[in-house]
Amino acid sequence: MIELRNIVKTFKDDKEKEVEALKNVSITIGDSEIYGIIGFSGAGKSTLVRCINLLEKPTSGEVKIDGVDLLKLSHKELRSERKKIGMIFQHFNLMPSRTVFGNVSFPLKKSGLGKKEIQKKVRELLNLVELSDKENAYPSELSGGQKQRVAIARALANDPKILLSDEATSALDPQTTESILKLLKHLNEKLGITIVLITHEMDVIKRICSRIAVMENGKVVEEGDVFDIFANPKHSLTKDFIKTTSNLYKLDEILKDDINGISPADGEVLTRLTYIQKEVSEPLISTVTKKFDVDLNILLADVEIVSGSPVGGTVVKFSGESIKIDEAIQYLRDRHVGVEVIKDARNPY
Amino acid sequence: MQEILTSFMPNLIDKWYEFLQAIVDTIIMELWAGGIGFVLGFTFGITLTVTREGGICENKPVFKILDAVTNLFRSIPFIILLTALMPLSRAIMGTAINIQGAIVPLVFGSVPFFTRQVQSALAQVQPGLVEAAESMGLSNFEIITRVYLRESAGQLARATTITAISLLGLTAMAGVVGAGGLGDFAIRYGHDRNMKDITWATVVILVIAVSLLQLVGDTIAKKSTH
Ligand SMILES: Nc1ncnc2c1ncn2[C@@H]1O[C@H](COP(=O)(O)OP(=O)(O)O)[C@@H](O)[C@H]1O
Ligand SMILES: [Mg+2]
Repeated sequence: MIELRNIVKTFKDDKEKEVEALKNVSITIGDSEIYGIIGFSGAGKSTLVRCINLLEKPTSGEVKIDGVDLLKLSHKELRSERKKIGMIFQHFNLMPSRTVFGNVSFPLKKSGLGKKEIQKKVRELLNLVELSDKENAYPSELSGGQKQRVAIARALANDPKILLSDEATSALDPQTTESILKLLKHLNEKLGITIVLITHEMDVIKRICSRIAVMENGKVVEEGDVFDIFANPKHSLTKDFIKTTSNLYKLDEILKDDINGISPADGEVLTRLTYIQKEVSEPLISTVTKKFDVDLNILLADVEIVSGSPVGGTVVKFSGESIKIDEAIQYLRDRHVGVEVIKDARNPY
Repeated sequence: MQEILTSFMPNLIDKWYEFLQAIVDTIIMELWAGGIGFVLGFTFGITLTVTREGGICENKPVFKILDAVTNLFRSIPFIILLTALMPLSRAIMGTAINIQGAIVPLVFGSVPFFTRQVQSALAQVQPGLVEAAESMGLSNFEIITRVYLRESAGQLARATTITAISLLGLTAMAGVVGAGGLGDFAIRYGHDRNMKDITWATVVILVIAVSLLQLVGDTIAKKSTH
């Protein structure tokens, strides 16, 4: 478990002016989680993550890993603690003078392993990241995605419990990003390694994270389960980030523009249904149609799969007997579907 | 054969022994001053790199003093160093003249230059590499040897070549303190007594020496760059 308590970090800028990069940040990251940290450039994400392995020493606060207070360790103890925390970077940071083998074996020099064992270990790691055939290549001969795979293998060499990823996919194209994220997810499932992942892309978070912190100006403005945050974002920054990855919240704009066919005719009710709970397994729409003898006309749908569950909404027009429509809506609400009536065109009694 | 040589280079044949002696003197000065300067330049260049702001063992006083001293000695022309350092030479080497007397000024003349060369070679190592090494739990000493020196090996080979060549130029002035060498030989005979063949022979030898140094440097640099 990673516990960061009341972390404050101030830097001095070029003019000796103090910059507060972190303002009293506290987060706890459980074992085997994939924890995402999202925020715009300059929000303090890197600084926060670098506090976990003390590449950056907090001005004040507490950094504990599995109960060990890192700030109380000697240099030597800290170095051995760092070996249990792998780190990967946006620009890979591979040693250009060494081959893929040399890079992956780089952290193993003082591990006490013999030459044969190191060779075995490196081959296993390269196998894991699917780069067995590149053992003797130099980094300059590899693509971005391959470089990041080598970096991942290198970060795993000392069998760390934690992997810190600072914008590891930000320099990669979407397909390569996808494959690296898959690999990280796979490592998390296979090795149970805790991953702390910085990104500025909500897409990345959506794909693999279980929990996230949203950062702005050196503070965590929202934190929690990814699903909950997608289903019910509170902070405006979080909403902005979600907008970048889904059309969910663009529905508002579409409805505002009153595009043809969206407005309900007489006797119809225009609603927005949102899934706000995980595990929606029932085929709700068809059940409701049959059970209450009403017609549900889906006008817009935007459902995202976030950490394995659908989040999102559909804009639905109900038509049928007025009472039945009310019953159908209640039925849906009982099943934890958010029903928001946008426009009711039924004749009032 | 003998006759042809004698007619082409009468003076050189005449001073054959002195010519060889001058070559040997130059080589001795180059090796001694170069060897000592190599160690010192590396030490200072590394020290400047790791103690600068944001370096792996940041230390403002050490950095500032070393930086200032390096600048100071870089700005003194060698011909002045040669005489100004005579007392120091006497204290360290026991004499301020001959080859022994030339070593101290040669070291002082080349080390600041080499220090800057080493420093700039090390500065070309991406900070990300150092950061990655730190994150892997390497000690500062390991970071110096396994990251800084290793990753800048090509640049360091080039820096060493340039310094060795410029040191060769400095040895030519060492005649001022009676240290002999090729420069002194060329001036005493080639210039002062107008013996053109001696001037030319010296130039040829120096061109060969410089080319050899450059060739060795380039080969090492190439081998360590991927
Ligand atoms: N070494 C440093 N010296 C001075 N200021 C820094 C340093 N590192 C980061 N900062 C400042 O701290 C703030 C947060 O930076 P950072 O953690 O890198 O943000 P992010 O990773 O979210 O883009 C920025 O304003 C940045 O300029
Ligand atoms: Mg950053």
